[in-house]
Amino acid sequence: MPRVSYTAPTTIDDAVKALAASAGLAKVLSGGTDLLVQLKSGRARPELIVDTKRIPGMIGIREEGDTFVIGGATPGVMISADERLVKAFPGIVEGVDLIGSTQIQGRASIAGNLCNASPAADSVPPVIAARGTAVVAGPNGRREVPVEAIVTGPGQTSLQKGEFVVEFRIPKPKPRQSDAYLRFIPRTEMDIAVVGCAVNVTLDASGTCTDARVVLGAVAPTQIICAEAAQALIGHKLDDETLQKLDSAARGSCRPISDKRGTIEYRIKIAGVLARRAAAIAFERAAARA
Amino acid sequence: MSKHHVSTVINGEPKEFLCEAQQTLLDCLRDEMGLTGSKEGCGSGDCGACSVICDGKVVCSCLMLGVEAEGRTIITVEGVAEGEKLHPVQQKFLEHAALQCGFCTPGFIVAAKALLDENKNPTEEETRYWLAGNLCRCTGYDKIIRAVLDAAAVMRGENPPSPAA
Repeated sequence: MPRVSYTAPTTIDDAVKALAASAGLAKVLSGGTDLLVQLKSGRARPELIVDTKRIPGMIGIREEGDTFVIGGATPGVMISADERLVKAFPGIVEGVDLIGSTQIQGRASIAGNLCNASPAADSVPPVIAARGTAVVAGPNGRREVPVEAIVTGPGQTSLQKGEFVVEFRIPKPKPRQSDAYLRFIPRTEMDIAVVGCAVNVTLDASGTCTDARVVLGAVAPTQIICAEAAQALIGHKLDDETLQKLDSAARGSCRPISDKRGTIEYRIKIAGVLARRAAAIAFERAAARA
Repeated sequence: MSKHHVSTVINGEPKEFLCEAQQTLLDCLRDEMGLTGSKEGCGSGDCGACSVICDGKVVCSCLMLGVEAEGRTIITVEGVAEGEKLHPVQQKFLEHAALQCGFCTPGFIVAAKALLDENKNPTEEETRYWLAGNLCRCTGYDKIIRAVLDAAAVMRGENPPSPAA
C-alpha cells in the first residue's frame, strides 16, 4: 500500500481537528473493511488515516430514554449480540448481520457501511426505515440529521471536510412496531445486494397498519424511501390486495441499473417480491410486540 | 516519517514491533514477527486465509493495520495448539484429511476455533455459515465441516467414532 500517516485520537474534537487540518485527503478508519480494500486497490489515496476506535463512545450501545444510541464504530458482532437491539430492531440487526463474513462482522461498522455510500449497503435501509438519525461532528460543532441525508450518490456523502459520524440514534419501537430486512444475492453468502428491502411497521390492536416505512437498497444511486409503498400499507391489514399494491409500488419506485449481478427487469421484479416478504415478516413481528 | 512502535500480546506473549502505518497486521505478523502461519490468499478480506482472533473476535488480518494492534490481544494459528498438544480442531483435520495444499488451513483452524469457543454445539448449517468467509479450492469443504463438527463433539466430552480409514 502507498505510504500514509495514521493517528488514533482519543477525543472527538481531536479527530475533527486532525480531519480538518489535513492538507491532503484524510479518511476515517472505523472497521476498515471497506477502507483497507480501497487503499490497496488505489481507489482511495488518503494522506492521513484517522482511527476513531479509541474515542470513548464510538464503540458501544446505550439507551438514552426513548432512544437507542449506537456508536459509529461499533462492530457487527457487538450489534448482533445485543439482546436489546435484537428485540427492538430485528430488521436492523438482520441488515448488519448480512454484511460480509464472520471475519468482516468482527470489524465492520454502521458508520463505515453508511459513509462508504454503496447503494447496496445492507445496514442502511433498515436504519432509515426505523427513522434513525446520524450525529455528525465537525469543525462547526455537532449536527444531527436523518440517516437518509448522508448518502448523496454512489461513493458520495454530504459530509464536509473535517466531519465524521459519531453515533446513530434510533427511536425505540412503539408497542406493535417492528421491522424486517431481506436481501437477494446471487450466492448464499458474502455478496453484494441485488435488491435490499427494509420494512418497518406499526400496527394497532386489530392488526391494521398505522405507520410504515419501506426502504429499498441497490435499486437506485441511493437508498429509496418508497412513500407509495408505505401508503399502500397504512390503514390496511396485510391482505392480498394490500400485498399486490405494495408489490406494485415497490417495483414502480426502482431506478436500477443492469450489471453482472442482475438486470434492470430482474431487480424490479425482486424488489416487489422482497417487499411482500419483508412486510409479512414485519407485520408478524409487530403483532407479537403487543 | 518515523515508524510506529506497537505493543501487543500475541499468542499469550507480550510482543513489540515497529511498522509503517500502511503495513497491515498480516504484513506485520509475517514480515516483522516471523509468524508466517497466517496466509495472504486475496488481500481483500474475501478468502479468510489470514484469519486471526483479535480481542476475542475472528477477523481478517489483511484488513487491519498493524498499528491498530496496539494494546490488543491477538491469537494466530501458531497459538492454537498448546505446546505439542494439538487442538481438537487440528487433530480432526488430520484424521479427516480436511486439507490438501493446506494454504487455507490456518484460516479455517483459527475460524473454527473461534466458532467452538463461542458455540459448543453448532449445527452443520451454523458451521457452514460461520465458515463462509473461509475459501478452499482443494477439498470441496465437506471434510472440513465433518472435522469441525467432530472436534466440537470431542470438546463436549463425547467420543465420536474415527472416520473410516
